[in-house]
Amino acid sequence: MVDALLGSAVQLLTPEGERVEHPDFDITLTDAELRSLYRDMVLVRRLDAEATALQRQGEIGLWASSLGQEAAQVGSAHSLRSSDYAFPTYRDHGVSWCRGVQPMEILAMFRGITNGGWDPIARRCSLYTIVIGNQVLHAAGYAMGVQLDGADEAVIVYFGDGATDEGDVNEAFVLGADYQLPLVYFCENNQWAISSPRDRFNRAPLYQRAAGFGFPGVRVDGNDILAVMAVTRMALDRARSGGGPTLVEAFTYRMGAHTTSDDPTRYRHAEDLEIWRLRDPIERLKVYLARNGMADRSYFDQVDHEAADLAVLVRDGVRAMAAPAPETMFDHVYVDPTAELVAQRAGLIAYEESFAEGLTA
Amino acid sequence: MTELTIAKALNAGLRRAMEHDSRVVLMGEDIGRLGGVFRITDGLQKDFGEHRVIDSPLAESAIVGAAVGLAMRGYRPVVEIQFDGFVYPAFDQIVSQVAKTLRRSEGAVRMPVVIRIPYGGGIGAVEHHSESPEAYFVHTAGLRVLTPSDPGAAYRTIQQAIACDDPVVYLEPKRRYWDKGEVDLAADVRSGDPWCSRLLREGTDVTVACYGPMVRTCLEAASAADVSVEVIDLQSLSPLDLDPVAASVERTGHLVVVHEASKTGGLGAEVAARITERCFYSLEAPVLRVTGYDVPYPASRLEEHFLPDLDRVLDAVDRSLAW
Ligand SMILES: Cc1ncc(C[n+]2csc(CCOP(=O)(O)OP(=O)(O)O)c2C)c(N)n1
Ligand SMILES: [Mg+2]
Repeated sequence: MVDALLGSAVQLLTPEGERVEHPDFDITLTDAELRSLYRDMVLVRRLDAEATALQRQGEIGLWASSLGQEAAQVGSAHSLRSSDYAFPTYRDHGVSWCRGVQPMEILAMFRGITNGGWDPIARRCSLYTIVIGNQVLHAAGYAMGVQLDGADEAVIVYFGDGATDEGDVNEAFVLGADYQLPLVYFCENNQWAISSPRDRFNRAPLYQRAAGFGFPGVRVDGNDILAVMAVTRMALDRARSGGGPTLVEAFTYRMGAHTTSDDPTRYRHAEDLEIWRLRDPIERLKVYLARNGMADRSYFDQVDHEAADLAVLVRDGVRAMAAPAPETMFDHVYVDPTAELVAQRAGLIAYEESFAEGLTA
Repeated sequence: MTELTIAKALNAGLRRAMEHDSRVVLMGEDIGRLGGVFRITDGLQKDFGEHRVIDSPLAESAIVGAAVGLAMRGYRPVVEIQFDGFVYPAFDQIVSQVAKTLRRSEGAVRMPVVIRIPYGGGIGAVEHHSESPEAYFVHTAGLRVLTPSDPGAAYRTIQQAIACDDPVVYLEPKRRYWDKGEVDLAADVRSGDPWCSRLLREGTDVTVACYGPMVRTCLEAASAADVSVEVIDLQSLSPLDLDPVAASVERTGHLVVVHEASKTGGLGAEVAARITERCFYSLEAPVLRVTGYDVPYPASRLEEHFLPDLDRVLDAVDRSLAW
């Protein structure tokens, strides 16, 4: 079933870890590069697993799991230059990770102590956008700026299959086509938008939509990190060289619940997961590395140790992450606070202090 | 009488409305098989079919825009917006079309559309899941705005909203979804009038006007107060029914208005202005507001400091009496 759906998807590594040729796409990576892709995927998966566990323990309020989508995220983000700019969704922990966003910066929002978490300018990675589709227009505008500057940079924007229903996303396609923007639209088709199966709303494969807007669309096996990199690199090169935008549809699967608040047993069968478990992106690369002598047992052990260390760092770090003082909610509402806000802030502080006095009195 | 949660009462009210009128259709994201993220439409697709409980695409402007067309065609669409913070993609359709079509068509085209929105904070959610957008809708002529505060009111007013030939923005206090109360499921409530305030607790010293999620907070404050507090649930935010509030203020001389939404340009300002106009000589203190601050809804670990609670209500009651 999955193979039929994958259809024309670009694949360079089969689910069994066999390297295969594709007429249009290829990639040559050093052994060290391949190992680092593997390492990043393993670490991101561990981060994800720890975050899910921390949510169950009440340490974070919510978590949107990236489980199963590591190749799509890590592969595409690895294709970026540091000068490029990425606009992730709330699920793209593999993207933010590769942009150098620190684990605690990723987790701060889910812990409920900030609505941001990192400096999007310094990291060249925007904050997670929760309102579906909004960031795709921002990416178009950012790409307009890159174009106006004549800079040798590309922009990549991530969104889900469900997001392609929204006006914002389609309007962003119009912008990209009209102005031939240096932009890669990276759609992670994980087959589900909460409880809505993607095939319900799409009579035609998503990547084919690009043709109607006037730019190329490519479907890639989103669990094949080599194919993801080959396709994304080409799209980014095209963008940087004035060739205009590309839609990349990474065909993958949401292995977990939509978020920790969701109960997927209400709308999907556990058997579907089995099919996709056999297509696991990490196992696939691991088999390839091992079989071709690009990494040995001690390397895999070393990565596992790193993952265990990361888990400790995440657990301890999250537990130590305290809520800021209440009055910080008045910070950065405007560049310079208004008189009314200054007064409200003082009111809050005085009010809270009146309790402290009450307690000591 | 049956004991139900607000969530179950809404479900029962929707079911009743659908049984009564085959032109009532539901539409929204994940409302079918999943029953909505809050399960308000649980079981309705199974019982009424996919053609009447429609799983929509992930597109709010599409949901509300299509509701306009369905209404033009004689249907009574009841659409669900998944969370308050996701209504804004549909804001254009609501303000420019839903609200104005009756006027523009000189009365020829009615818009019996209900837009259900879970709203308000207090559930520890991430950004855009805790907003109180009522003032935008109240400010828009042509829209009616309702918000129930208990299961009985939810059961009645959802049916009355659906029966109404004007568009209704129906704001559901999400943190109270699981509050329980008595519901009279046997009563035929469709023809009742939801456009009124409700006197929920009598008192003689201070009047507290509130609505939606703050009603429970204010009732608890009234119970805890060492003075006598009268609590009025506004329920209908547009049109506002301030007769009971004015009558109360004429007796107490003190009014506190409470809402989660930010202060500036909020409902509290409207209530204060109207009551000041009507009851100027009865007031012994200015109308005080207890509201969220004028900041974006904060991250969840700070929300308890943003949201009015029992103590902030009592503080305002004391300040009013000490004026
Ligand atoms: C404008 C808007 N409407 C509704 C939601 C609620 N919501 C959050 S995620 C989601 C599904 C998104 O599906 P998809 O785009 O496929 O991304 P995925 O979650 O699968 O990564 C919905 C409906 C939202 N966040 N924003
Ligand atoms: Mg999806």
